[in-house]
Amino acid sequence: MAFKQISSPHGHNPQNTGWIMQLVLLSTIPGFLALSYQFGWGTFLNLIVAVVTSLTAETAILAFRNRPIAFYLKDYSAVVTAVLLALALPPLVPWWVVVVGSLFSIVVAKQLYGGLGYNPFNPAMVGYVVLLISFPIEMTTWITPLSLLPDGVNHPGLWESISIVFAGNTPVDGVTGATPLDLFKHSNGLVVDQIYQNEALFSQASFAGVGWEWVNVGFLIGGLVLLKTRIFTWHGPLAMLGTLALMSILFWDGGSSDSPGSPIMHLFSGASMMGAFFILTDPVSSAVSNRGRLIYGALIGLLVYVIRAWGNYPDAMAFAVLLANFAAPFIDNYTLPRTYGHTDRRKATEKQEEE
Amino acid sequence: MSEVNASEVTKNGLWHNNPALVQLLGLCPLLAVSSTVANALGLGLATMMVLIGSNSIVSIIRNHVNDAVRLPVFVIIIAAFVTCAELLMKAYTYDLFQILGIFVPLIVTNCAILGRAEAFASKNNLGLAALDGLMMGMGFLLVLVALGAIRELFGQGTLFVDMHLLFGPIATNWLIQPFGPNYSFLIIVLPPGAFLVTGLLIALKNIIDNTLKTRAAKPQDKPIKGAKRVRTTGHIS
Repeated sequence: MAFKQISSPHGHNPQNTGWIMQLVLLSTIPGFLALSYQFGWGTFLNLIVAVVTSLTAETAILAFRNRPIAFYLKDYSAVVTAVLLALALPPLVPWWVVVVGSLFSIVVAKQLYGGLGYNPFNPAMVGYVVLLISFPIEMTTWITPLSLLPDGVNHPGLWESISIVFAGNTPVDGVTGATPLDLFKHSNGLVVDQIYQNEALFSQASFAGVGWEWVNVGFLIGGLVLLKTRIFTWHGPLAMLGTLALMSILFWDGGSSDSPGSPIMHLFSGASMMGAFFILTDPVSSAVSNRGRLIYGALIGLLVYVIRAWGNYPDAMAFAVLLANFAAPFIDNYTLPRTYGHTDRRKATEKQEEE
Repeated sequence: MSEVNASEVTKNGLWHNNPALVQLLGLCPLLAVSSTVANALGLGLATMMVLIGSNSIVSIIRNHVNDAVRLPVFVIIIAAFVTCAELLMKAYTYDLFQILGIFVPLIVTNCAILGRAEAFASKNNLGLAALDGLMMGMGFLLVLVALGAIRELFGQGTLFVDMHLLFGPIATNWLIQPFGPNYSFLIIVLPPGAFLVTGLLIALKNIIDNTLKTRAAKPQDKPIKGAKRVRTTGHIS
C-alpha cells in the first residue's frame, strides 16, 4: 500500500506565464480600440506586422540556440512584447520601421541576453528607443484624432492604410498632426490659457487633449482589470502616476508661459497610462519587492516629468523605463524584505560573506 | 617569454590575442572613429605605424633603461612617434586629419601601445618586437576597418565614402551605395552602434574559436577501429 505524499504548498495557483500573458493581451483591448477609433487602421497594421515579425524572430533564435520552440512560444511573451511595441508606435509608420523595432526587441533586447526572465531591459521599450533614435521623422509623425480632421477629410480606409504602410504612399494632407505634448513643448511664449483657446486639440477636449485622453482612459481601464486580477500589485503604477502628478502640481505655476502643463494633461497624455500599467509592471525588468517597486515607479514618474518638461523629447516613457531598468538591481539590493522568522532583513551580500 | 617564435607572434597579434577583440584595449578610438572605412583605415594605419616604431625603439633600449623609470621613457618614445604620425597626416592627408581631430594625438593614450611596449618589446629582441608591433597593429587595423565597413554600410548605406582623403583623386569614384541614396539607420552611426557591432564581432570570434575547438577535439573521441569493448565504464583511449 502506497501513501501518496504531497509536499507543501498544498494550495495551488492555476496561473502560469502563458495565462498571465494572455490576460495582459486581453486587457490591452480597450486601449487598442481607443487608438483605432481615434487614429484609424494604422495601429491594427502595426500589430499584425509586429506580431508576425516577433514570432518569426523568436522561432528562428530559439532554433539557433537549440531550445524547445513550442514550449517557449506558448508563454506568449513574444506576442506581448510585439503588441506593446505596436501600440506605442505611431499609426501608419512604414512597415520596415515596425519590423526593425520588433527584431531589435526580440533578438537583441531579449534573446541575446538569454530569453524571457534574463533580459535586464524591457524589450518593447528597447525596440522603441532604437526606432526613435534611428528614424526620428517616421517616429514623430502622428495622425490627427478623428474629431479634429478637417471637413471632407477622413482617416485612410483599410486598403489605403495598407498602401501607405506597405507601398510607401504618403497620407493626404491634414491627416497628420501634433500631439498634445508636442504642442505644449513648442508653444513657448504663450500662456496656458491661450494655448487652450487657440489650439483645437485642447479647446475641443473633454478634459485633457482630444483623442489622447480616451486612449489613456482605455489603457487605464485595461490596467485596472489587471490590478483586480492581481497580475501585478498597485505599488509601481501608483508610485509612477503619483510622482508624475505631484511633479506637475509642484511646477504648474498657475499657467504662465513657462508652465510645463497641468497635472491632468500629464496624466492623460502620451504614454502615461500605458507606461504605468503595461510597461513598468514588466515582472522581469522591474524591481522585485513592493518597497522596491514604489521607488522604481516613483523614479520613472520623476524621469518622465523631467524629460517632458525640460528635455528635448515631448514624451519620455521609453527613456524613463530604460533608465529605471538600469537602477532596478541597485534598488533591489537596498529593499530586500524581511524574511518570515527573521528579525532583520537579509543583506544582499550575505551569500558572499559566508563563502 | 624567450621561447616565442615569429609565427606565434603573428598568430597572437592577428587572432588569439587580438588587441581589439580579446584584450579589448584601445576601445576609445575603436568606438569613436569607426563610423566609416576611410576614418578607420586612417587611424588604424597611424596606430600601426606608432606601434611598430615604439616597439622597435623600446626593444633597442630595453637593456639600458633603469626599471624604475621605464614607463616615463616608454611614454616619451610613444609620444614622439604619435607626434610624427600627426605631422605626417597633417602634411599628406590634411582633410582626414581634420575629421579624425583629437583622436590622432590621443593615440598616445591607446593602452594597446603601452601594453605591448611593457609586456613584449621590453623583453624581446628587435626583430621580434618589430614583428609584434606590425602584427598587433595589423590586428587592430583589421578590426577597426571591419567595424568601420559594417557601421558605414548598415548605418548610412555607403561603402568607401571619402576614400579620396586617404588615397587621393583616384579613389573619388570608389563610393558604393547598395541600398540607394536615401538609406539611413542612425543608431549604427551613433556610439551605441559601435558598442553593438563590437559586441557582435567579439561573439563571432568566440563562435569561430569554439567551432574550431570542437572540430579539433572530435577525432580523439572516436573509438579506435578494431578495439574490442570489454567491460569498461570510461572512454577507450
